[in-house]
Amino acid sequence: MTWRTGRTWTTRRAPEHSGQVDSPAQLAQALAGTGYLADAGLATAGYLAVRLRRPLFLEGEAGVGKTAFAQALAEATGAHLVRLQCYEGLDAAQALYDWDFPRQMLHLRAVTAAQAHPDPAALEAGLYDRRFLIARPLLQALELQPCVLLVDEIDRADDEFEAFLLEVLADAAITIPEVGRIAADTPPLAVLTSNRTREVHDALKRRCLYHWVEHPGFEREVAILRRRLPRLTGELAGQVATAAARMRKLDLIKPPGVAESIDWAAALSALGARTLDPQTAAATLGAVLKYREDIDRVRGSGVLEP
Amino acid sequence: MIEVLVGFAATLRHAGVAATRDRVPALLAAAAELGAGDPAGVYWAGRLTLCSEPDDLPIYDAAFAAYFGGTHPAAPRGLPISVTLPQVSTPFAGGTGAGDDEPAELFSLAASPVEVLRHRDVAELSTVERDEVRRLVALLEPATAPRRSRRYRPARRGTVDVHRTVRAALRQGGEATRLARQDRRTRPRRLVLLLDVSGSMSPYADALLRFGHAAVRRRPTLTEVFTLGTRLTRVTRAMRHRDPDAALRAAGAAIPDWHGGTRLADSLHAFLDRWGQRGTARGAVVVVCSDGWEFGDPADLAGQLHRLSRLAYRLVWVNPHRGKPGYEPLAGGMAAALPFLDEFVAGHSLAALQDLVGVIARA
Repeated sequence: MTWRTGRTWTTRRAPEHSGQVDSPAQLAQALAGTGYLADAGLATAGYLAVRLRRPLFLEGEAGVGKTAFAQALAEATGAHLVRLQCYEGLDAAQALYDWDFPRQMLHLRAVTAAQAHPDPAALEAGLYDRRFLIARPLLQALELQPCVLLVDEIDRADDEFEAFLLEVLADAAITIPEVGRIAADTPPLAVLTSNRTREVHDALKRRCLYHWVEHPGFEREVAILRRRLPRLTGELAGQVATAAARMRKLDLIKPPGVAESIDWAAALSALGARTLDPQTAAATLGAVLKYREDIDRVRGSGVLEP
Repeated sequence: MIEVLVGFAATLRHAGVAATRDRVPALLAAAAELGAGDPAGVYWAGRLTLCSEPDDLPIYDAAFAAYFGGTHPAAPRGLPISVTLPQVSTPFAGGTGAGDDEPAELFSLAASPVEVLRHRDVAELSTVERDEVRRLVALLEPATAPRRSRRYRPARRGTVDVHRTVRAALRQGGEATRLARQDRRTRPRRLVLLLDVSGSMSPYADALLRFGHAAVRRRPTLTEVFTLGTRLTRVTRAMRHRDPDAALRAAGAAIPDWHGGTRLADSLHAFLDRWGQRGTARGAVVVVCSDGWEFGDPADLAGQLHRLSRLAYRLVWVNPHRGKPGYEPLAGGMAAALPFLDEFVAGHSLAALQDLVGVIARA
């Protein structure tokens, strides 16, 4: 057992190639290869995060592709992706590691049943074996190498959790009392996303690269739609992108993000539409707008007219 | 090149971006990585390492253009540094005998000067009295009531904590002798203060901002303060100063629309789009401090308040005029707002602000 020395005990190999990134443009190309079209700013942010090994803090409207970026980055750099979805009440046992107590108990019972007088030291060592340790996302991220750690919606976790995360990210190591220190040889590349429901502490932001992800421009949105939905006609993709861009200017409660326009285009193509006519558009509006007020407003505004 | 970049970080700091010195090494590393000779490289290196919120980005762009464009940044646009906090200058109270030149008398005459002062309208105070009220407002501790959170803590009563029970059993050779229990932890609700700083509210703005400061000081991470006027300004950061006067100066520098007109519906709309809907107002106690004078259509205001009331846990409206005898909520905006409020209270005096603390704590 190697873990007693504090080394990592799993050395699963990274999927396929190990990505070497030489410039923002090259990273953008690699991301495009996975189906994610990043603009210059985001590609530069990703490049610096890889090269400087600094966590990347992404903010932006819902549905602009923050989470998808982390997934694409993992694929493009040939790294594992470990995702930690934050929520209120998230604590160390759910984010870091936990012991599998019921199995430990069974083990204890089995050993005492089989041997009349087991050696106490060996029994205790056996109890805290790796197979009884449940690795939660942060521990997984330290074990799997290379790895992209996606900490999704950090603003939803309590602020105590931030301080804890900061510590793990800064050291790229954790200490388990029964086992010892577990350190990653290559620190995981952390991507943090936030929806700004509360302000994340400065101490955390200061250690990160900060990027605000914008809605894509018309051409990029068309390209994204066609990449995601190969069966979509160019005309329909253009019309969906135009309508989505107009809706974003309409002052809606929830303006559509790229995720919504992809959903909408998928709904339209599932109905066999080749162009966007007002009738089909009105029927599928629920895929792109999620508030009754917004639907009324869009219907009344004439955005859907050709 | 290093001096140039360090100078740029300093410029940005002066412009109001929190580009602290400990961020500079990251800036240098990023610039070296992207090529310091390339303007785009320097732009992104600086933006990614020195900014930390969307509000920083326009300031950054302006500072970048000013610094590297050859001109010296006098006052970056979008940030009226010259705006200082206006004094709350109001007519000294006429008939009460409390003039500026005889404050000592007031305090010696009254049996309990604080008690008298408590009920005085803050718009009608002398300078000395105002200082006293300011001191007393700073002592208030506005805080919301706790709610049950999703997190558990060990407790004497409650559901069985399987983890702790089994862990204890393991220590005793697999024999569970005692059931460990757990209960839900409590956490305070978020408090959001939306303060109207338009012209018609100017006699009360100082006291209300100080109230906001007291709230932020009490719970720095769970309180948000915004000002409404012709536009929305977030002043929470400024309010985190320890000293109330420094906090108000910083807020004054940040608020571009002091004593301007009121477009409550637009400001509320901006709040809901940029903050409220995302979660700042969700489950929070939201307090709007305004007299309800609205330049725009009251129907728009009603629409926004309806939205806000669906997000917030409790919606409280503070109107300084409510404390005056004979007041009726007839102002267009106020009448439109009433159906959506959980509480409608006065906020014109120290006593009224103390009541407000109670309302917030009970909400």
